[in-house]
Amino acid sequence: MPSPDSEPTLVGATPATRRVGTRATERPWQGRIPPLLAAPAAVALLFLVLPLVGLVIRAPWTDVGAVLGSAGALQALKLSMITATVSVIIVVLIGVPLAWVMARPGLRGASLLRALITIPLVLPPVVGGVALFTVLGRAGLIGRPLYQLTGFAFPFTPYAVILAQVFVALPFLVLSVEGALRASDRRYEEAASTLGARPVTVFRRITLPLIGPGIAAGAVLAWARALGEFGATITFAGSFPGTTRTMPLEVYLALETDPGSALLLSVLLLGVSVAVLALLRERWVSRW
Amino acid sequence: MNAAPVRKADKPLLLAALLALLGLLISACGAQPQPAAPSPTAEGSSSRGAITVLAAASLTEAFNQIGKDFEAKNPGSKVTFSFGSSATLATQIVQGAPADVFAAASPATMKTVTAAGAANTPKDFVSNTLEIAVPKGNPHKITGLNDFGDESRRIALCAPQVPCGAAAVKVFAEVKIVPKPDTLEQDVKATLQKVASDEVDAALVYKTDVLSAGDQVDGIEFPEAQQAINVYPMATLKDSKNPALAQAFLDYVLSPEGQAVLAKAGFAQP
Repeated sequence: MPSPDSEPTLVGATPATRRVGTRATERPWQGRIPPLLAAPAAVALLFLVLPLVGLVIRAPWTDVGAVLGSAGALQALKLSMITATVSVIIVVLIGVPLAWVMARPGLRGASLLRALITIPLVLPPVVGGVALFTVLGRAGLIGRPLYQLTGFAFPFTPYAVILAQVFVALPFLVLSVEGALRASDRRYEEAASTLGARPVTVFRRITLPLIGPGIAAGAVLAWARALGEFGATITFAGSFPGTTRTMPLEVYLALETDPGSALLLSVLLLGVSVAVLALLRERWVSRW
Repeated sequence: MNAAPVRKADKPLLLAALLALLGLLISACGAQPQPAAPSPTAEGSSSRGAITVLAAASLTEAFNQIGKDFEAKNPGSKVTFSFGSSATLATQIVQGAPADVFAAASPATMKTVTAAGAANTPKDFVSNTLEIAVPKGNPHKITGLNDFGDESRRIALCAPQVPCGAAAVKVFAEVKIVPKPDTLEQDVKATLQKVASDEVDAALVYKTDVLSAGDQVDGIEFPEAQQAINVYPMATLKDSKNPALAQAFLDYVLSPEGQAVLAKAGFAQP
């Protein structure tokens, strides 16, 4: 299958990769972690890991069968997995082109554009949900004519869950891919262009393979963010078993009556997402 | 990874030391018994100092007013409120949140706190009934509870796990209607917001919520609401740093002045 001009051959033979390789082996300090760094690093790690340990320790494991076997939990888990996955597909399809546009050298207003894209990151998700209402709700700017024409409205449907997730997850992918594009060597694209390749061909055959790991990393971040999404979903999509109640909403509701089962549900969500990420990572690492 | 030889001595040692330290801290926290109720120490004056009141979200407007009146009547006192879902507040109290008074929207949430030994004997201070809320002007022509069983309608209810949802379940059982909600919201304010923004045709919320929404929402009363009256209990907390002032605030809420403010907000006698 590999033709002489296929991407792996081209990329593999580049001076850039060789240069990176040399740099990696030149680090004389690589093996030693100075205590000045080790101590805060350990604190950071513990700070992240201990709450999870707490979850696992405090979860009432004797009830595990009843809680995880309940229809509500499995329904919510299934909905979460499906919506988060669909969201990430949409995020990649629209996010990678946006990142490409933003990373173009000499783009005017790039910093303003970047500020706009980071808005969902700083916006409290609940506010994001309200903002989605104002545009896509039944009484919203686009939502109202849509509802009057077709009788369809996004809120309280799984589509609303996906919209909310795309809204909060998109910046993670765009910023990650844009970073990868900026770090990649643009000369290959220029070389391909001068050799007569059309821009779409350059993007497909040169740019995409170069930034593949960046897209993968961004997609993982976006998926994780979509899976944990809560505020925009409960505001814009509501909460109904099977249609809009994702795992985080199920956990929050369980907290009202049965904190123990909320802990178990959290551990379940955690376990499944870690398993999925570990599986995907293995696959990606072997590919790239 | 082709890692250079690592000096194995200091890294694990450091980590172990940190882990041990943190472990100690955790076990110390875990082993700590439930804080004992402090004996009511002699406070200078009964009406001075500051207290924190945790109250159900539906009490927001009325309690802010009562707090102002109380501070005016008791110079040198300061009342700080934290409003939220009763269940969330109850969890915070059980986890040791520093507070002096708890006003819950249901006996069940108050029970979480009293069962943990964190509150003194609660007193019922108001009650609240359900009402149908529709967007201003009732654009979707809702006539009564019958519309809640209509699949084609967009309906919001509170989840059965929270007080307003439990009350709604009772009402629908009473009138033998199977509701067809599009969403089961986490708390009554979220349910109300769906009506105020015209995203649903109707919702069941408390009478007080319809009043607090002002001109964004209209209310439709229905007689069966009397079957599901929700009583609000209130108690001083055992961890209070200023039990005298906490008790004074509770007494003020139960006094005619306090009750008048609550009645104006739509609450009924317990």
